[in-house]
Formats: sequence, structure tokens, C-alpha cells
Amino acid sequence: MLRHISLTVNGTRHDADVEPRQLLVYFIRETLGLTGTNVGCDTSTCGACTVLIDGRSVKSCTMLAVQADGRDITTIEGMARNGDLHPIQRAFHENHGLQCGYCTPGMIMAAASLIEENPQLSEESVRMGLEGNLCRCTGYQNIVKAILAAAEEIRSSARVSSR
Amino acid sequence: MIPAAFEYERAESVDQAVQLLGEHEDAKLLAGGHSLLPLMRLRLARPSLLVDIDRLSDLEYVREAGDTIEIGALARMSDLATDQTLWKHCPLLAHVCGEVGDPQVRHRATIGGSVAHGDPASDPPTALLTLDAVLVVRGPSGERTVPAKSFFTSVFETDLGPQDVLTAVRVPKLASGTGWSYQKFHRRAIDWAIVGVAAVVERDDGHLKRAAVGLTNMGSTPLRASGVESALAGAEAAPQALAAAAEHAPEGTAPVSDTNASAEYRTELSKILVRRALEEALAR
Amino acid sequence: MAQVKERYVGQSVKRKEDAELITGQGRYTEDISIPGMLWMSVVRSPFANARIRSVDLSKARVMDGVVAAFSGKDLAGDWAAPMLMAWPVTEDIKNPPHWPLTQDIARYQGDGVAVVVAESRAAAADAAEAVEVDYEPLDPAVDMEAAIADGAPLVHEDIGTNKSYTWTLTNGDPDKVFADAPVVVKERYVIQRQIPNAIEPRAVLVQPSPAQGEFTMWSATQIPHIVRVAMTITTGIPESKLRIIAPKVGGGFGSKLQVYPEEALCLALAKRLGRAVKWVETRSENYLATHHGRDQIQEIEFAADEDGKIRGYRCRILTNMGAYLMIITPGTPLLGAFLYCGPYGGEAYHVEFTGVFTNTTPTDAYRGAGRPEATYAVERTMDALARRVGKDPVEIRRINFIPPFTEPTPSPGGLTLDSGNYAATLDRALELAGYEDLRKEQRARREQGTVKQIGIGFSTYLEMCGLAPSRVLSALRYAAGGWDAATVRLLPTGKVVVIVGTTPHGQSHVTTFAQIVADDLGVPVDDVEVLYGDTQLAPLGMDTYGSRSLAVGGVAVHRAAQKVVAKVRKIAAHELEVAEEDLEYEGGRFAVKGAPDRAKTVGELGFSAWTAHNLPDGLEPGVEETAVYDAQNFVFPYGAHICAVEVDTETGKVDVLKYVAVDDVGTIINPQVVDGQVVGGVVQGIAEALYEQAVYDENGQLLTSSMTNYEIPAAPDVPEIAVGRSETPSTTNELGVKGVGETGTIASPPAVVNAVIDALSPLGVTDIGRPMSPERVWRTIRDAKEGGAR
Ligand SMILES: Cc1cc2nc3c(=O)[nH]c(=O)nc-3n(C[C@H](O)[C@H](O)[C@H](O)COP(=O)(O)OP(=O)(O)OC[C@H]3O[C@@H](n4cnc5c(N)ncnc54)[C@H](O)[C@@H]3O)c2cc1C
Ligand code: FES
Ligand code: FES
Repeated sequence: MLRHISLTVNGTRHDADVEPRQLLVYFIRETLGLTGTNVGCDTSTCGACTVLIDGRSVKSCTMLAVQADGRDITTIEGMARNGDLHPIQRAFHENHGLQCGYCTPGMIMAAASLIEENPQLSEESVRMGLEGNLCRCTGYQNIVKAILAAAEEIRSSARVSSR
Repeated sequence: MIPAAFEYERAESVDQAVQLLGEHEDAKLLAGGHSLLPLMRLRLARPSLLVDIDRLSDLEYVREAGDTIEIGALARMSDLATDQTLWKHCPLLAHVCGEVGDPQVRHRATIGGSVAHGDPASDPPTALLTLDAVLVVRGPSGERTVPAKSFFTSVFETDLGPQDVLTAVRVPKLASGTGWSYQKFHRRAIDWAIVGVAAVVERDDGHLKRAAVGLTNMGSTPLRASGVESALAGAEAAPQALAAAAEHAPEGTAPVSDTNASAEYRTELSKILVRRALEEALAR
Repeated sequence: MAQVKERYVGQSVKRKEDAELITGQGRYTEDISIPGMLWMSVVRSPFANARIRSVDLSKARVMDGVVAAFSGKDLAGDWAAPMLMAWPVTEDIKNPPHWPLTQDIARYQGDGVAVVVAESRAAAADAAEAVEVDYEPLDPAVDMEAAIADGAPLVHEDIGTNKSYTWTLTNGDPDKVFADAPVVVKERYVIQRQIPNAIEPRAVLVQPSPAQGEFTMWSATQIPHIVRVAMTITTGIPESKLRIIAPKVGGGFGSKLQVYPEEALCLALAKRLGRAVKWVETRSENYLATHHGRDQIQEIEFAADEDGKIRGYRCRILTNMGAYLMIITPGTPLLGAFLYCGPYGGEAYHVEFTGVFTNTTPTDAYRGAGRPEATYAVERTMDALARRVGKDPVEIRRINFIPPFTEPTPSPGGLTLDSGNYAATLDRALELAGYEDLRKEQRARREQGTVKQIGIGFSTYLEMCGLAPSRVLSALRYAAGGWDAATVRLLPTGKVVVIVGTTPHGQSHVTTFAQIVADDLGVPVDDVEVLYGDTQLAPLGMDTYGSRSLAVGGVAVHRAAQKVVAKVRKIAAHELEVAEEDLEYEGGRFAVKGAPDRAKTVGELGFSAWTAHNLPDGLEPGVEETAVYDAQNFVFPYGAHICAVEVDTETGKVDVLKYVAVDDVGTIINPQVVDGQVVGGVVQGIAEALYEQAVYDENGQLLTSSMTNYEIPAAPDVPEIAVGRSETPSTTNELGVKGVGETGTIASPPAVVNAVIDALSPLGVTDIGRPMSPERVWRTIRDAKEGGAR
């Protein structure tokens, strides 16, 4: 039996009737056509599917679409605002934090949540914070660098705007 | 990757959940979904109805109640890992919740789900067992409390009946100055424990007044290392005494062998980790 | 067209490919959908070896949303030939047919036995579950050594053996050298099986155009060009009617250097049903159905003088093919066959490879392909030799390095090396590692007897890449060539389009190739678009693997750009009314010698070529030049890696404290990209040394069956890598470039293992298996202590 849900994705409200067994990641990818969120495993291990739900990072393969009813979701497509890249996106580019790019949306969303929860990140806390995101290309080093750089930028712009 | 089809109901209250569970043969509660959905995606679990309690937000709390801390079953690992009250009175549990999975998992996984799932490789159940926690259960015949030590019955099996909902966890506050440690041994940070050891110690004049030691993944349920505990009773808080007591860690355990570790290795690890846990607990 | 003064080659130009990937706009195969497309799901054998008594599709066929279901026998008539194996390494190699779906016997857990096609992904998954296969389980051959013993169960009954081939190579007189040598060290190593784990699983989508008999396939592949040829052979669809597109591809590491049954199946089903068919692999399925890598048992011997100077090399290798020979399964180990002497000298060399069938997932190329295995054997044996003759690991390497050279130089393995200064990379690595301080710390901890002991390990490797000179490939019996192609097109408005035959999936070709062309034509790098990955767009190409893209494809790009320069030079001479020799070319500008103000830019000349109003007689309008480059030799990157580990001697847990990689990959086009490749490769090699292994039980069941127990490390599990560079241009090509895609993975495993052995050497440890899981290290320590107590 289909269930009705209504939720906000990247600021836009969506209403849909979904099968209860539809995973949130497939709702995002196939129903909404937002294919930036990737699927890399079937065991909740790789983190490629990470999105923000009410601001917190979640593996969208491990949630049913029906459970997202009424929630506010941000995917990689919602990170750039008015054509301006999010500082994390910019930092990934500047620091060569991606190669094939498949893990990248999940990494960026995981990083957004990490920075939100703890802007005073260290190399170690970034690495620990990425324990649920696998990348096979980069060896992680430039991803860590990128996230530290983005956290610094976000901190300093917060300082500027609070002045 | 796609679960087998099922019916879905969202419960608006614990009582409604209890009632819905009674209406279907293979109904299952769905909380954070981080144990259940992975099994369903691989079709290793195929419930006919999911009763979703994820949104019972009045069960997401941590509060003080006299000399215990009460935690709602829907409290998320990430919230517990940063909860000030919990850190103040039960730092072991707060710490252990921060050791579960990864940040994304912790944002969803609930303490109730962790306990109800009954996986002997899980960390929070060991902490609760070590802390002498009490579990609050609501079923068709009302509410009852079950001490952690009689709650876990076997692999993926607990005292919960098919219509029971775990509503809260009550943990005694630790006396100030109590030392604690959780030694989680795993290969990758995201992995479950190959072996985990929880320890809580109270010291009195260079001697151990009280010691509680729990083991993760050393048998079909979380275990108390009672051999270690009795060896420690009144023992000197000195390295040799700790090491000698730690040798009792394997008593009463029945670890399994898997691709990450053999039973023999787990047995050795349990001794090493118990010693390290005691040392760290005493140093705190 | 804007003029630029700066050169791009050698600069860390930020990647042009990033914008779509960091915004979620990059389209991987799974992201592409066609209205009305169907979903395919493959029914796979749960047994490693089983006769298929019957396949009952009746329940599946009547399920909601199911369009069709077929067994292997049902589709038998759809194939013009079995799946292609392109590298019959010996004349008498045994290559039993490999059909897209097996028809009689399932030969590994995961072998496809039936397919279902349905209107949705979920319906296809449900239907696959409803297919009932009656299996008669047979004894499997799982262990490689047991598989070649008498009486072992046969993977392929009809060939009467589990040996596929034996391949040998001999240089000099090894028997004499070994008989005469005062020192012979002999070692045995097991290179465990790996699962490649590109984070994007495979996916295939085929759109048919029934009236035209045409098919377009999108596939998560490294090799669209090779897939096209292979698909024509297997399905009989004319090559001219087949278009293969590799859109964004989420990593490959060799696992997508393959032609897979699912590609053939999607084509055959799209043809039968006249509708688009899509298949997306799940990760657990990937562990069974995407090829594995490595899996060798090596016996290696060095013959040496008393002072440790090596005279000869000899090794015998068993190499696991799995259940079938896939595209280059038998040839993969041979990519290392010439390197069982590392960067060291000597006068005699012998290697023997035996390919063995087992009831396991087929193996094939995995990052490094043959060369990590060779490097591991050599670098471990170097340390064994050092121990034997009482030398330090640094000294033993120094005395055996081939001395520095800039002209082609022969190696004991029979290669002609392009350029090298091996000792220089070692010196630099020692400096970066703070070697003396590490040793000091090691001594201190040994004296204190602390629980955590330190060890230092080395790997001074040589690799060969840039596959490959076509004539060499022919001599090695590889079925195709090793050239690559590029086209450079000047657009009338001054922009440049470059079309390449290599197929990147993370390697940054769009940026680095644009840098080469921008310098050649004197245009801004942003004015150069690099297009790839589509057989219709880039008809000539041999794709991306074996670190060949720059060393072969990049040289083709450069040559095509040079051809463009040569053509527009003619137009410049004509317009400026001077002879071609009277023009000076620099930074995209042709100026008359002695009159620098009289000049034309490449952009202006491109416009002239397009209008064709005033071209020299006989010159064709437009500027579009193609170059096909077939290298005359391989390229030979090398370097020195040093790893320092800390071993918890109670639990056996190993932490990498420090890792230094100094690589010489020839001329560097983009340092940031090179470092990224090195770090990624090193970490993948550290994973191989410490974490990863595909484990089968005795029934051929894959125990490490998902990402939860196949231990791919994440960020907290691996160290920061310190990268140092050295730059000795290759003599193989005019760019001086080598390859960097695999160096890290080739070099790092022995450095890590040597370090752990070094840490445990006071206990008398001289060997340890891989991966060095905590339990394995703990056992090694325990056994050494017990041995010592005995
Ligand atoms: C990638 C990953 C890594 C992980 N790593 C760890 C780890 O390192 N250590 C560890 O301890 N755990 C780990 N976990 C498990 C995680 O902690 C558990 O999934 C989680 O705690 C279970 O809570 P949940 O809310 O997600 O439960 P669900 O999945 O919703 O439910 C689990 C089971 O409990 C039942 N249930 C749920 N709530 C209740 C209730 N209130 N009353 C009665 N029954 C209930 C359900 O019916 C179901 O059978 C990991 C999980 C993942 C996906
Ligand atoms: S796809 Fe969600 S964690 Fe891998
Ligand atoms: S960039 Fe390829 S997986 Fe991370």
C-alpha cells in the first residue's frame, strides 16, 4: 500500500506517494531525480549516500522514505547557494579532495555535519568523523585537508559576520 | 538492496505500538532502523509489518531521577554521547554511545534499539550491564522493569515479548571519584568490537572498594566478568593485582570465531583488555 | 583566442573535472535513465561448484511487473561466441568457454545461472528470488595448491586438469649462477586475494534502436573501446552498430578493465525485448561477480656473493585464475614477470608462472597487476638477504642498485630501462623520514622493553608501465595493440577540443591533457575541452589501465597538438608571406624572424583555416589533427618508500607512524595530481598489507562477503603520507613522462611488512603473512616467543 509523505528537499516541498519499502536514497535519486547522492554499498558502510536530515548527517540508504515524512533534507545539490559553491565544495576543489568523485557528495555532506557540530576540528577529529565514509581513490589525505580548510573558512566568516 | 515488501504503520504512542504489534504475526518495531533495515535490505529479515516508533519524540530524553539517570528508549547515540547530565553521572555510558558505528549511524541509532536488538557485539548493552541498569518495558499487560543482568538471553534474543516496547533505561548514578573505562578493540574505527571491556572501579585507600567489569562479544550475550570481579574484591589497586585479576577474564565466556578473530585470540584479548581497562579506570 | 605567456605543464592547475562532481551533477551510469527501461537482475549460484539439474522460472514469470526470465540454456542461442579472453599467454593455454550465463555447471559462488527482467528494480529483485534452481553440489577446488594435486576436483572436467598454463622466461644461465653462488636465499610468500572495491559498483544500461539494429550501451567501465570489440565477438552485433559510452566512472582499479557477462546480457536482452535494459550491481553482488585481484604463492631465490651482491634471480609462482579466464586473467601476473629483480643488477634470471583454475571468482587486473606481487617478493627477499649477509636494509639496496643512467640500460629481467637514479630516491627518502632519529627511538624502546615497539621498513621498487609497445604485446601473445590516439581540433572561435582514446575514472585527464595542449598551442587551459569515453566520439582508443594514459595517450595528445602547429604554420607563412623556416613559434604565436611585430596567433590561423578564404594551394580547410602513438618501449617509474610502524606486542595491532614516499615518475605535468595518485595508491597498498583479504572457506563460500567484514580502511585507519618527488625524464617519449597510477600500490605493501618484521626482529621473527591483522601479528609474536623458549 502506498503511503503519502510530504517533505522538504533543498528548500523545496515535495509530496509523494511511496511504497513503504522504498529507501530514502532511491526516493531522492529516482523519484526526485537528484542523482548526486550515490549508493556504494548495501551494508550502511560506505557513506556515499550521506545527506543531511534536519541538519544532521544520515546514511540515506538506511532510512525509509516514509520515515522522512515531514523532515527537512539537504542533498549535495542543495549545498551551493545562488551559484556560489559552499566553502566545503570549494575546499575539495582547491585541495584536490576528489578523484573519481563518487564518494565526494557523501564526504561533503558528512563534513557539513561535522563542522556544524564542532567547528574546532583537528586533523584527528576530522579523520574520526569520517569513519563512516569510504574513499578508494584519494587515501583521504586531501579530503582531510579540504575539510580543515573549509572549517577554518567557516569559522573566520562567522567571526567576521558576528563583528 | 531492496527489502521484501511489508506493511507500515506509524505509531503515535507506545500504547498504540503495543496494540499494532498484537495485530500482525510478524510485526516488528522500527526505531532508528540501523539494525533492522540493514537486515531487511539483505532480506535476512522479512517482517510483515513495521510499526514505526522513530517519531515518538517524548521518548527521546535524558533526565535525573534521584540517584538514577533515566534515558528514553528513542534517545539517539549522538545525543547521549554529548549529553552533559550523562557525562556527569554515567560517563562510561556517554563514552560508549560515542563509540558506536560512525557519526551518521549515531545520529539515527537509538539506545532502545541497541538494547532490544540483543547483539552480543554491541557496545551499549555491555555498558548497561556493567552499570547495573534497569530496563523499563511496556507490554499488553502494562509496565514492568527488568534488570539488565536478566534481560539479555541469547544472540539476538532478550526478555522482550513480541508485543513489548522498551520505553526507558535507568542507570544508577556513579559515585563521584568512580573510575571507568571502555576498551573497544577493533580493526577499523567503524567496526564492531572484536572484544570490548567495560570497567567501573571505586577505590578506597589504595584498595578496590567495588569493581564491575563487563565483556562485549565474548559470548551469546553481554557478560559480566565475575571471575575478575571476585578476584578484585578488596584487592590492592596495584598493577600486579590488576594483572592477576585480569587472567580470570575468560571464565564463563564462549567467544566465537569469525574472519576478524578466532575464539582463541578473543580469549587472549579479553585478558589484555580487562587489565588495560582496570588500569585506565584507576587512573581516571 | 586569448594569448598566454605562462606554461601550464608543471603547475598544479586545479582540476577542470571537479565542478560537476562536487555539486552532484556528474552523471555516472546508474544516474542515467531512459523512459520505459527495464531492470535486469541476475540469479547467481550459491554454490562454488554445482551441476544445474533444472531452472524453474515459472513462478518468477508470473509475478507483477516481470517481463521475462531466462536460464543459461534459454539464451544459449543468443551468443556468437563465449566471453572474450584476449591474452592466451602460451600456445597450449587451456581456456574453457565462459558463457555470459552458465548452462550446465556453476563454477563459483556468484556464477550467473539465470536472469529476470522487470519493470522496476524492486520487481526484478523479487523475481530473482522466486527463481528455483535445482543444484547438485559438487566438490569444489578452492585451495590453489590442493587444486593441482592428483585427484583434485576439476573446475572444468573436460580439460582434465586445473592447470591453465605454464609460462617461463630465462635470461643468462641461472642454473650455473645458482650452483656457483656462495649465498642463496630462498623465501616463500603468499599474496592474498584482494577485492578491488571501486566505490561505484558496476552498472550497465543498453538502449536499443530496433529498426536500425543499433545499440547504445552506457557502462561503468574503464575500457569502452575494448568492450565494443568484445561485445561484437560475443553477441554478433556488428561493431558499426554498437556505441559504448563510459560516462563518469567511479573508480576502477582494474576491476572495470574487464568485459563482463552483464554487459553481454543487457545487450542480448535489449535486443530480444526491444526495450532499454538496466542493471546495477549491489555491493554484495560485486564481491562475488566483479573480478578479484592478486592471489599468488611465490617461491623466490636470490643467488649472491658473500657480501650480498646479487648474481641471479629465480622464482616459481602459482597464480590463481579463479573459475574462468576473463579478458586478461592469464596475462595479469606476467605484467610483473620481468620485475622479479627490482631495480637491482645481476646476470641470470628465471621465472615460471603456473595459472591454476579454482572454484572461485575469476581474478584479473587489480591496481598494479602483477607488479605489486613482484615487488613484494623482491623487497621481502632483499631484507632476507640483508639478514643473511649481516647487512642493513639500506646498505644491501645501495650495493645492488643499477647505477644512475640517462640512456636506455638493460636489466636482468630482460627489459631496456629508460632512465633511473635509484639511490637518489633512497637518499631523499631517508632524509624525509628522519631515519637516524627513528632508529634511535627504536633502540630506546627496545632497551625499555615497552609494549609498543617500533619497526622501519623499506621498499625500493621499479615498475614498468605505459602499456604498451604493440610489438612487445604481440611477442607476449596479447591479442590487441598498445597504442593510443588523440585528436586536436581548433574551433573557429578560438577554442580547442581534444578527443582522447583513454578513459579516465579519477585520473584527471581532462586537466592534465588540457595543460599539455594549452602549452603546445599557447592558449589558456580553460579554452581546452577534453572529451573522452564514447566510442562514437573517440573511435580510436585503447582506454585506461596499466598507468598508460599519460605515457601513451598523453604523448598522442602532444603529437596531435604538434600536428596542429605544423598545419597552421603553413597558413601563417602564407599569410605573412615568408617561408615556414622564417617563422619563430612561441607561446601560440608565429612571428617573422627579425620582425617580431609581424605575427599571427594559432587562434587567428584557426579562423583563417575555417573561412578558407586564403589558404595555401592544396591545403585542406579546417584544423583537426589526429595522432596515434605506439610507444617503442615501456616507461619505468621507481622510487623509495620508508614505513615506520608501531606494533602493540600484546594485542598485535599495528599502527603506521610515518610513511615516506619518494617517487620518480619522469616529467610531472601536475604536481597536485601526481601527489594525489601517489597518496591514494600508497594507502591502497597499506590496506593490502594490513587490512584486506578475500577469505573463502573450504566449500568455496566467500566469508568476507560484504563491506562489513572485508576491511577497507577509512580515514582514521590510515596515516598521513609524506610525499617527496624526484624528476628524471623518461627516454621513451618526448614528454619525458612515465606513469603514476599504480606506483603507490606497487611499492607500499613490502615497506609495511618489512617494518613489522623489523619491529619484531629481536624476537627472531623473519616472516609474517598478510594481511597483518592483529591476530596474525599476535600469533607471530606468540610463536616466536614459544620457539625462543624451546
Ligand atoms: C554501519 C553501522 C555500524 C554500527 N556499529 C556499531 C558498533 O560499533 N557498536 C554497536 O553497539 N552498534 C553498532 N551498530 C548498531 C547500532 O548501534 C544499532 O543499529 C542501533 O543501536 C539500533 O538502534 P535502532 O534504533 O537503529 O534500532 P532498529 O534497527 O530500529 O531496531 C533494532 C531491533 O530492535 C527492535 N526495537 C527497536 N526499538 C525498540 C524498542 N524501543 N522496544 C522494543 N524493541 C525495539 C526492533 O524491532 C529491531 O528488532 C552499527 C550499525 C551500523 C549500521
Ligand atoms: S550506500 Fe549508504 S552507506 Fe553505503
Ligand atoms: S574520489 Fe573516488 S572514491 Fe573517493
